[in-house]
Amino acid sequence: MVDAKTPPDAAAVRPSGAAPRRAGRPAAPVRFRGGQKRATAGSGRMAALLVSPTLLVLTVVVLYPTIMALRESLYGAKGLDPETGFISDTEPFVGLQNYVDIFGEAGDRFWNAFWNTTFFTVVTVGLETVIGVAMALIMHKAFQGRALVRASILIPWAVPTAISGLLWRWIFNSDGIANALIGQQVLWTTEGFHAKIAVIIAEVWKTAPFIGLLVLAGLQVIGKEVYEAARMDGASPVRQFWHITLPLVKPALLVAVLFRCLDALRMFDLPYLLVGAQKNSVETLSMLAQNEASNVRFGPAAAYAVILFLYVFLIALGFVRLLGADVVGDGGTARKAKRKGRLRRAPAPGRAEVSA
Amino acid sequence: MNARTTRVLQCSAVLVAAGLVLTACGSSDDSSSSEKSPSFSGRGPITFAAAKDSSGVVQKVIDSWNEEHPKEKVTFIQLPADVNQQRQQMIQNAETKSDAYTVLWLDAVWTSEFAAHQWIDQLPAAQFPLDEMLKPVVETAKYRDNLYAVPHHSDGGVLYYRSDLLKKAGVSAAPTTWAQMQAACAKVAKLPEAEDMDCYAGQFQKYEGLTVNFSEAVNSAGGVITDANGKPNVDTPEAKKGLDFLVDSFKDGTIPKEAITYQEEEGRQAFQSGKLVFLRNWPYVYAQAEKSEVAGKFAVAPLPGLNGAGSSTLGGHNVALSSFAKNKATALDFMKFFTSQDSASTFLKDASMAPPYDSLYGDQAMVKQYPYLAALKESILNAVPRPQVVQYGDATSAIQQEAYAALNGDKSSAQALKDLQSELQKLATK
Amino acid sequence: MTTTANTTTKTTMTTPAKWRTWLVYAGVALVVAYCLAPFYWMLVSSLRRTSDIFDTTLLPSPVSFDNYRAVFDPSQGFGRALLNSLIVSGITTVLALLLATFTAYAMARLEFRFKRLILTLIIATSMFPVVSIVVPLLKLFTDIGWINTYQAMIVPSMSFALPLAVWNLTTFFRQMPDELEQAAMIDGCTRGQAFRKIIVPLAAPGIFTTAIITFIAAWNEFLIALSMTNRPSIQTAPVAISKFAGATQFDVPFGSQMAAGVLVTIPLVIMVLLFQRRIVAGLTAGAAK
Repeated sequence: MVDAKTPPDAAAVRPSGAAPRRAGRPAAPVRFRGGQKRATAGSGRMAALLVSPTLLVLTVVVLYPTIMALRESLYGAKGLDPETGFISDTEPFVGLQNYVDIFGEAGDRFWNAFWNTTFFTVVTVGLETVIGVAMALIMHKAFQGRALVRASILIPWAVPTAISGLLWRWIFNSDGIANALIGQQVLWTTEGFHAKIAVIIAEVWKTAPFIGLLVLAGLQVIGKEVYEAARMDGASPVRQFWHITLPLVKPALLVAVLFRCLDALRMFDLPYLLVGAQKNSVETLSMLAQNEASNVRFGPAAAYAVILFLYVFLIALGFVRLLGADVVGDGGTARKAKRKGRLRRAPAPGRAEVSA
Repeated sequence: MNARTTRVLQCSAVLVAAGLVLTACGSSDDSSSSEKSPSFSGRGPITFAAAKDSSGVVQKVIDSWNEEHPKEKVTFIQLPADVNQQRQQMIQNAETKSDAYTVLWLDAVWTSEFAAHQWIDQLPAAQFPLDEMLKPVVETAKYRDNLYAVPHHSDGGVLYYRSDLLKKAGVSAAPTTWAQMQAACAKVAKLPEAEDMDCYAGQFQKYEGLTVNFSEAVNSAGGVITDANGKPNVDTPEAKKGLDFLVDSFKDGTIPKEAITYQEEEGRQAFQSGKLVFLRNWPYVYAQAEKSEVAGKFAVAPLPGLNGAGSSTLGGHNVALSSFAKNKATALDFMKFFTSQDSASTFLKDASMAPPYDSLYGDQAMVKQYPYLAALKESILNAVPRPQVVQYGDATSAIQQEAYAALNGDKSSAQALKDLQSELQKLATK
Repeated sequence: MTTTANTTTKTTMTTPAKWRTWLVYAGVALVVAYCLAPFYWMLVSSLRRTSDIFDTTLLPSPVSFDNYRAVFDPSQGFGRALLNSLIVSGITTVLALLLATFTAYAMARLEFRFKRLILTLIIATSMFPVVSIVVPLLKLFTDIGWINTYQAMIVPSMSFALPLAVWNLTTFFRQMPDELEQAAMIDGCTRGQAFRKIIVPLAAPGIFTTAIITFIAAWNEFLIALSMTNRPSIQTAPVAISKFAGATQFDVPFGSQMAAGVLVTIPLVIMVLLFQRRIVAGLTAGAAK
């Protein structure tokens, strides 16, 4: 929605100096493609050269173990021989039984964890986005002592998760500071909605700076001139934020939010450390996988991991489709190229003046 | 399949008494176990994998071994302090068949699981002075009557109580039953200084401590979780009386409601800051409380029960030999050294680890240092092991799930026990 | 034009501007307080004596450095662990940034087949729960003798650093005006030179931001660092902290854990202070050429 509004608004605030450039721009995407075509002879090979180290590392460290895990998910837990009392050496091949069990026998627990995971992701990432953008705007402002402010905003993100889990458990202790501050005794680590709130508070505290930092970097590529022009046109700060800042930081924000979603969907440490294992109120899918693995049932654990993987993957794909192809890059279709062209045009006026 | 430990107590008792080599029993059980019984060959450097201890006494004992055995040095591999992470590291080590860990420091409840997976070797029982150790402690080191580990230190729950307040309120002796404990609380509550105090707490957060406290309540009321043959038998009137003690205590305020979040440390803190009259906890609290506001105002007694002395569950650790290790002859010697009475006495003196050896509980110097030793010994002798099952992780999860639901009031205690019984049965037939 | 705009703003909007400045400061104060309050609690807890650890007073009384002394006790090997963390995170960051810069440049500027597929694959690799890849990875590294080596921690750390770095840098490179690069190439620069001299400086905020995030992520990695090492001489700070033990298995050494938490956070704060100018200086530096 924001995307669709961008061009007219951006055009409205565009300084007159940029107009000729813009007028000449319709050809730009074509010229851009043409320019690329010039390099295309070598670009396939060059791309292969540039991309392959990354792919190599990822193949070794992730793809290989992932395929192993996929295979593992088709095997059941090792059985116990009642005669000898020993667990057999080999895991039986059970096909898709692990998956059937997850949706059948362990269905209630699975869906509870599924909804918890989804709830935590939506709420924490939502809050983090709002707070993170606010943080970025503050860090972006020029004022005395901003170096210290920037550093202090990033502190929560820098504290190791294990430590912050302990810290928050301490804070939410029955005799802890949180209860001392609110003046009543909430038993945060017991089952109930308050346990969810405790996890959300701790998680948002820890990861909002991540979004803040990435958005701050995104803010840097917006030329000051864009704002000055907007101000001259009488656009209010709120309007400037919605119609200039937000569209322009959108790519950076999207990447930040996407990666936060991927992380939040795999949330494990914080609820585990803060509230504890097997609490229905906060049990997430990763905790289920961990629980199976810790009971030496690697097959079912891998099956949970695969389901979680697919869920995360679907969310990521949907995210990319829904919120803009500009995150993924060139789709190759004309529509996307056009959309990209529109978006990319926005910062251009600012820079045009700088470089002129 | 059957996941339970079939315990044939008579067999082991006879064999231990006769001092027979335990592999004889193994071969009568099944031929494959004797085939797999290791030869304990090879000498050279080995490792010892355990959680780090802040007292440094483990390193001290290892150093004294290393001095005498320069060619068979032991390296101390320190594992994380968190028990789950310790177990996970050891399992990963076994899953990759790595020889990185030689001797493992196992929580007493892991023995069955590690033995059944053959991650640890069966040990020659005759080579260890097991008959000098407390019998319930030795039981935690066995799987299907074969020795798979050697007791290193034990632990049992004891009752801490405010002796000053009890005396003031005219209660002369520590309570031996729950009813006496509640009566004592009622008298203490009338004292002006005890106005805001609560009566009793243990560990009721949903974690291993809840399994311990639930088992103790059930056992102290005459119930069992698994019977002598290892079959789950928790849906009984006795077990219900045990669970009802906890549930009713939460309801009537004998146990404060925040105790549902207590692990060991929170309970200790509440007791030390004078909020509790009675506390169920481990012996470690003694030294800490002696440095707090309640120093000199408390004493230690065995756990109370329904109709008389209660029974504790057993904590503690055993040492075992990784199946995938090298230099097993050295390892066996080191295990003997590490679990000897001399070492146990050092561990007790420097780190207050309860010894498996009977005689150390009567040692006058030790009793002077740790006045709770008599109460602890009684607690260990009355102790019932936590369910010895291969899938201990699942069993303890089920116990925590149902006990927590009952304490929270989400389920009646009868329903919780019924569900627990069927859960445990499901595990047993898996 | 710009100057006029500024003066107009100043003269006409004095009162609301002042008001707005105060609002900004209030906002800053609120956000900083939110970020620092829990950290302050960590600091206060780390300065309490073990016996006062349950206090809820806002200042520790008396102030005690016992916990810090405990952290730096030679038996903990914490100094060495900090150094190891620095080595692992530093190398991870440099390598990840290097590889990601190449890849991101190709993604942002070159046309080639399977581009979307590759980008999707890259992000997909960051989606598998770490818990499930530890055991296969451990088997692999045991086979090739990588246990107790830095690379056994660096290479897996790259796996979560790379996808974020590639994606992030791709977005930044794509926002850079290609006209500048084209112009430079017409002026006789090679593609590599044009990239290095034009794009990299322009994208500096993105690059430094990515570096900071990568570094922090690698700095805090725990599960893999724990599984791949068993010697104290090679363990990283989070692993060392996990081994802090109380006097017995039941008492949690909360004070020294918090002290260690403060200590592992400080190097990162220093790093941010050093680099923060770079995060915001990119565009001006690049455009002023």
